[in-house]
Amino acid sequence: MATLIGAILLASITLYAVLGGADFGGGLWDLLAGTTARGRMPRALIDESITPVWETNHVWLIFDLVIFWTAFPHAFAAVMTALALPLWLALGGIVLRGAGFAFRKEITRLSLQRAAGATFAFSSLLTPFFMGTVIGAIATGRVPADATHASLSAWTSPTSVLIGFLFVSACGYLAAVYLAGEAERRSDRCLQTYFTRRAQAAAVVAGALSLAALVELHGSNRAMFDRLTGRSLSLVILAGVCGLGVLALLATGRRIVARVVAALGVAAVVWGWGVAQYPVLLPGTSVTLTNAGAPNSTLIALVALVVLVAVLVGPSLVLLFTLQGRRLLEAGEGGPWSVNGPTGQTQPPRTPLQPPRPAGKPPGLLALVAVAALVRRRQRR
Amino acid sequence: MTPVQAVTALAASPLSAEVPARAQMATTLGFHIILACLGIALPTIVLIAEFVGLRRSNPVAMKLARRWSQAMGVLVAVGAVTGTVLSFEMGLLWPTLMRQYGEVLGLPFGIEGLFFFLEAIFTAIYLYGWRRLSGWAHWWSGVPIAISGIFGAMSVIAVNSWMNQPGGFTERGGRIVSVNPWQVYFNHAATYEMPHMVLAAYMVTGFVVAGIYAAGILRGRRDRYHYTGFAIGFVPAAILTPFQIFIGDTAARAVAQDQPVKFAAMEYVTQTSRKVPEWLGGVYVNGHIYGGLKIPYMDSLLVGFSPNTEVIGWDSVPAAERPPVVWLIHLCFDVMVGLGFLLLLAGLWAAYTWWRKRRLPSQRLFWLLGAVSGLAAIGAMECGWVVTEVGRQPWVVYRRLTTTDAATTNGGVLTSLSLIIVVYALLAVATILILRMLARRWRRSDLREATVLDGAAARPQEQAATRAGARWPR
Ligand code: HDD
Ligand code: HEM
Ligand code: HEM
Repeated sequence: MATLIGAILLASITLYAVLGGADFGGGLWDLLAGTTARGRMPRALIDESITPVWETNHVWLIFDLVIFWTAFPHAFAAVMTALALPLWLALGGIVLRGAGFAFRKEITRLSLQRAAGATFAFSSLLTPFFMGTVIGAIATGRVPADATHASLSAWTSPTSVLIGFLFVSACGYLAAVYLAGEAERRSDRCLQTYFTRRAQAAAVVAGALSLAALVELHGSNRAMFDRLTGRSLSLVILAGVCGLGVLALLATGRRIVARVVAALGVAAVVWGWGVAQYPVLLPGTSVTLTNAGAPNSTLIALVALVVLVAVLVGPSLVLLFTLQGRRLLEAGEGGPWSVNGPTGQTQPPRTPLQPPRPAGKPPGLLALVAVAALVRRRQRR
Repeated sequence: MTPVQAVTALAASPLSAEVPARAQMATTLGFHIILACLGIALPTIVLIAEFVGLRRSNPVAMKLARRWSQAMGVLVAVGAVTGTVLSFEMGLLWPTLMRQYGEVLGLPFGIEGLFFFLEAIFTAIYLYGWRRLSGWAHWWSGVPIAISGIFGAMSVIAVNSWMNQPGGFTERGGRIVSVNPWQVYFNHAATYEMPHMVLAAYMVTGFVVAGIYAAGILRGRRDRYHYTGFAIGFVPAAILTPFQIFIGDTAARAVAQDQPVKFAAMEYVTQTSRKVPEWLGGVYVNGHIYGGLKIPYMDSLLVGFSPNTEVIGWDSVPAAERPPVVWLIHLCFDVMVGLGFLLLLAGLWAAYTWWRKRRLPSQRLFWLLGAVSGLAAIGAMECGWVVTEVGRQPWVVYRRLTTTDAATTNGGVLTSLSLIIVVYALLAVATILILRMLARRWRRSDLREATVLDGAAARPQEQAATRAGARWPR
């Protein structure tokens, strides 16, 4: 039972990494997009792609935390105590990023909009970096089982810092691959090459950082290295193959497939880590999946909850991503009930001007059916 | 010691962690709960407006629905980030609480997570679907938000009420050996805390919306738009107020039974006795009550419907197990009850005028009351939380784990508290400024629309109709 919960936790961490990670990576590219004029088009695409989904993607983090503290309370308390500082900093990044992103959209004055945008972009780097150091500290066995104090050395080892940078580059990599595909969907040639080039660069950086982290582990934590190249070898190879595959797919212009392969590659890294650690929760201690705190009845209830999430949230997520994929979700006003007219003059047009199409019958109908089915399912429960 | 050294020493001292940790929890929760209330109930209010707009082809209601949902986008984002802070704080500030009881109180939080997913997904569909989803399909996409808001709130409150009335688990040798999720979720205190909080959320949201438009009406913007906005917020909130007072009364009696020391602090019951008086106001310091109105027998009457009811006083437990600052608990309780009745009065006034004259009251006082009703509801809600949380002290899990033991052993909480206060102050200011900016933009576009209409002399009839419609029918 504990192993099952461990797998569920790892799966939801994976989902946070491939979905939420890309949102953070969007911030990286926003930061690097240059001056207001030059960065207008890529920023608009980033904004449009993240807006409808970032909150949903963010809930995976909440869900990860809750599963962690419910199923493994002892390990949770130890991590939260020993790694308090990087966790606070990662949290700071989450707060500033979310607020900066949400505010930027509604602000019309250019200087304020820039400030909010900079907050969003810069803080998007903090969270992946410090989360990376946290994972690095856990993986390298720097968290004592009975931690009573925060420790600086636990998460500032070269391996942890390398993993921090690896997280940032992986987020950027995912985001760029997704955005290149998004640009292709809109048949926007210019942005397509723009993000393809960035995806390739980020892939190279992330690959180099992964290798560096492996080499560093070889020197500093032989046990973990051996497990990564032993039990987890096939996953590590899969991650490498996916990385190369994405490079090849991007080079041949198959950007939509590249998205799936990129996500698979990141998932392989997460699972490689999990499998290497199994069944130990905090390497270097005796805390394993089975003795980290929760009784069996809690674990059973958690599994039931996860099934419920799969049944209820799964189809809703599909609905959300389908609607977004068909570009039926758009920020801003307009349409049949336009209230605002043109917003402030300083705001550059976000989307290439499209005539406000009246809600197409088939998609509208489809959504209605889907929503009604969902509502009915909920009521039947 | 230089001041800098003193501050660093204090910030690093492990002994000082508990007090700043409590202050930080209170600050962040007190902030989040306002956004949570809006997150729970604003979707319903927006849906009501959209319903009126669709059903009666009422363009004013439709315009309000669209505008409110734009504001909702900002509020939901701030609610999400402040909520995330709380999730981290559960572990960062209270590691021992999580270590000992994470497997128990984690389950309701997990259910909350389920509803957050649904809420976030459908919020996105609703907010960004205005343009492309057709009328009723769009309306239906909002319904899951409203439902999951209520269930999400119930789940967090399950945790809080469990902390007040812990149960549903077996502890052996300091370890939890089994958990009954059902009894954890529906614990003793949940029966009144859940409805009380959900109603509070609806009251806060309804009155805040009403208050904004009442303020506009006071400033002379007496048009159809403002009256409709006021009514859509005010009517549901005012209808719920008497139910809220009834549940609060039930809650008080349950607290007298289950958490007698908290009740004693709420009502200044120093000694277990009969014929206990009720104190309205008054400050308790060193065994004296200064000021305040004393109503003989009233407390016993309220608790057991007879002056001879025995009420347990705080002398029933040693001083170390009593909550600190009883006057704060008592005054907050009085303020909550007082504001509850004030809001009831506003609702009754409106209902009476409607019954007699089929219109809203025209007295300026009523609109002043309406304008402050949002702040009053928020005040009542915050005071209620102070009663609940401070009244439970020194326990974080009632009679099982003290707050001192639960707090982190890390230093530096003073630092995080200071930073949080700065960041939250900025967040609050930015949120309010942005909402005001939105409102100003809306007003400008209304003015533009009006001038366009005035200029359209080619359609005088329509213009006249709009003019007439712009006045509240008196
Ligand atoms: C709009 C808000 C609002 C209003 C008008 C009232 N309350 Fe309240 N009250 C709350 C909002 C609230 C709250 C903030 O939501 C609390 C905190 C914990 C809870 O479950 O609800 C609360 C707690 C709370 C408690 C403590 C429960 C506990 O500690 O377990 C009692 C005894 C009452 N209330 C009683 C009343 C009474 C007798 C009212 C009569 C007017 C009243 N409340 C109006
Ligand atoms: C949402 C509305 C809530 C508000 C406004 C609120 C308010 C407060 C306040 C004022 C304190 C400080 C108590 C003191 O100074 O002694 C506090 C403490 C605390 N609250 Fe709440 N609370 C809320 C809900 C919750 C919920 C739902 C939980 C669930 C876990 C919770 C957990 C705690 C904890 C762990 C503490 C610290 C221990 C303590 O001092 O009791 N609170 N809260
Ligand atoms: C009475 C207390 C509380 C209530 C009623 C409440 C309710 C809500 C609601 C309705 C939301 C969604 C808000 C929105 O997105 O607009 C929300 C967000 C959130 N709340 Fe609270 N909350 C309470 C206290 C807490 C506590 C104690 C925690 C954690 C320990 C917490 C964690 C969260 C989290 C993580 C989110 C963000 C979810 C997201 O990403 O959308 N809340 N809360």
